Amino acid sequence: MAWFRKERKPRQPRREKLEIPRDTWVKCEACGHTDIRDSFERNLNVCPNCDYHRRVRASDYLSILLDEDTIDETETELRSTDPLNFPDYPARLKKSITNAGDQDAVITATGRLAGMPLNVGAMDFAFMGGSMGSVVGEKLSRLGQHSLEKKFPLVIISASGGARMQEGVLSLMQMAKVSAMLSMLAERRIPYISVLTNPTTGGVSASYAMLGDAIIAEPGAVIGFAGPRVIKSTIGQDLPDGFQTAEFLLEHGMLDAVVHRHELKATVGRLLRHMTGKPAATGWSAA
Amino acid sequence: MATAAALDFEKPIAELEQRIDDLKRLAGDASYGVALEIEPLEKRLTELRREIYKQLTPLQRVEVARFKLRPFTQDYLDRIFTDFIELHGDRAFREDAAIVGGWARLEGETVMVIGHQRGRDTKDNLKRNFAMPHPEGYRKALRLMKLAEKFHVPVLTFIDTPGAWPGLGAEERGQSEAIARNIFEMSQLGVPIIATVIGEGGSGGALALGVADRVLMLENAVYSVISVEGCAAILWKDNKSIESKERAAKALRITAPDLVELRVIDEIVPEPEGGAHTNHDLAAATLKSTLIRLLDDLRGLRPEKLVRRRREKFLRMGQYIG
Ligand SMILES: [Zn+2]
Repeated sequence: MAWFRKERKPRQPRREKLEIPRDTWVKCEACGHTDIRDSFERNLNVCPNCDYHRRVRASDYLSILLDEDTIDETETELRSTDPLNFPDYPARLKKSITNAGDQDAVITATGRLAGMPLNVGAMDFAFMGGSMGSVVGEKLSRLGQHSLEKKFPLVIISASGGARMQEGVLSLMQMAKVSAMLSMLAERRIPYISVLTNPTTGGVSASYAMLGDAIIAEPGAVIGFAGPRVIKSTIGQDLPDGFQTAEFLLEHGMLDAVVHRHELKATVGRLLRHMTGKPAATGWSAA
Repeated sequence: MATAAALDFEKPIAELEQRIDDLKRLAGDASYGVALEIEPLEKRLTELRREIYKQLTPLQRVEVARFKLRPFTQDYLDRIFTDFIELHGDRAFREDAAIVGGWARLEGETVMVIGHQRGRDTKDNLKRNFAMPHPEGYRKALRLMKLAEKFHVPVLTFIDTPGAWPGLGAEERGQSEAIARNIFEMSQLGVPIIATVIGEGGSGGALALGVADRVLMLENAVYSVISVEGCAAILWKDNKSIESKERAAKALRITAPDLVELRVIDEIVPEPEGGAHTNHDLAAATLKSTLIRLLDDLRGLRPEKLVRRRREKFLRMGQYIG
């Protein structure tokens, strides 16, 4: 298994393929604030008016978290197969690859955060709802193995509706697979930070997302085991306001912090410095 | 014994059982002639059971796995183990009767037994919450596993749940975290673990007791990432019709032979002809001898080796290209 890609393909083409012009008008889903796409993007897709954290792609999180020109994507060759001969699965995969422009629901990469070497896995809700199948499990597990070998801290950014139904019980087992990898990291005292974005539910929430040495979430992210609709139909009543939001989980003791996207990189950096015995960084993380 | 409440596809079996029962009752003190008449019928009954159970559809297996007369964790506890002392509570919030657990003896040797517990009637099911645990149930289970580890005692789990409870309190108290924690801790517990899916293995709520050195399934048990009803609802917006549920059950590959093929489980435990519900004692005896055999294999291993192999086992799971 070659860990690093032999040739580094530039990341640009994938983005350009999906690119809409920079001066297109965009409307905030929460408050209706309208501005050109460029303004939203320069603000990391947080609404300048109401602070709503809009959904962004996995590749965006890599750029948010890692230093420029240090992102080295790993395991790009792994592809989903159709182990169960599940109805329409190959077609759905094909469609998702075309629409999302990625090969599966997670991107893994090695890079640096303020100079610190780091492994990052970022899930992508745009690919089949960020569902976790064998490829997601294997990519994260290999990323963790690499962290073990190199003693690089691990960060996983979750965005997922849960296990990928189309891979049946094999997708369920990915919960155990990634958790087994995390238990090896824990044994070797290699830090793991879990970042929860909107939404993080089901099998992802009930495994690696909730196992971080620090668990942080973006404001307003929906986080839970069961989806709101399932709970509603079970209890036969409406859910309280703000139920299953990041703030709700913080209040109930399930998260270490709710962190604004602008502060994500600095916060992860400071946490990792504490956990790896490094002195506080000067300058950029002074906040 | 005539089964009062038979499954739909078992009707021919139930009818034949009824006929045999009637004949026996008529015969009173067993006149020779009636006995002669009964003998071929009983032979036919055995054949009929075998025939019907040989060609169960996946959905019919789901029905068998969920059948209310099927042996539950407590039924196996009574038959396989001695000296059981139930332990209660998670020491943080409350007792959750959807999971039972405690010290027990298998052939005289102490083990920790933990399993989902279904109820047989409405009252019992309310107490057991239909074997759908809250976080405190999983936390109790974890407490018991840690206790077993402390005293170098193997852990035997029995899986039989539609899934973890999806409710307000469960979410507030961290259902996700509780399941995740169990999966994580089970992948580093330094004592042998054997998990057996005895009925329905429903998703993460099942896996929270399912990370083990050996994972077994009873012949008619099912193990799935989503219920057939849930899958049918998503795919065909129809979770009621038999056709749609049958398609979902087939698509999900949830039967014991499927899971052997997918390399998720290690072994299938045979059930009595016509399903475990026809003979609890025999079902328990078969499971008991399997557990004893597998535990013998695992007992000698050092904790580090056990844990390493268990992790490797789960790290291998999944299918992909590249
Ligand atoms: Zn806004």
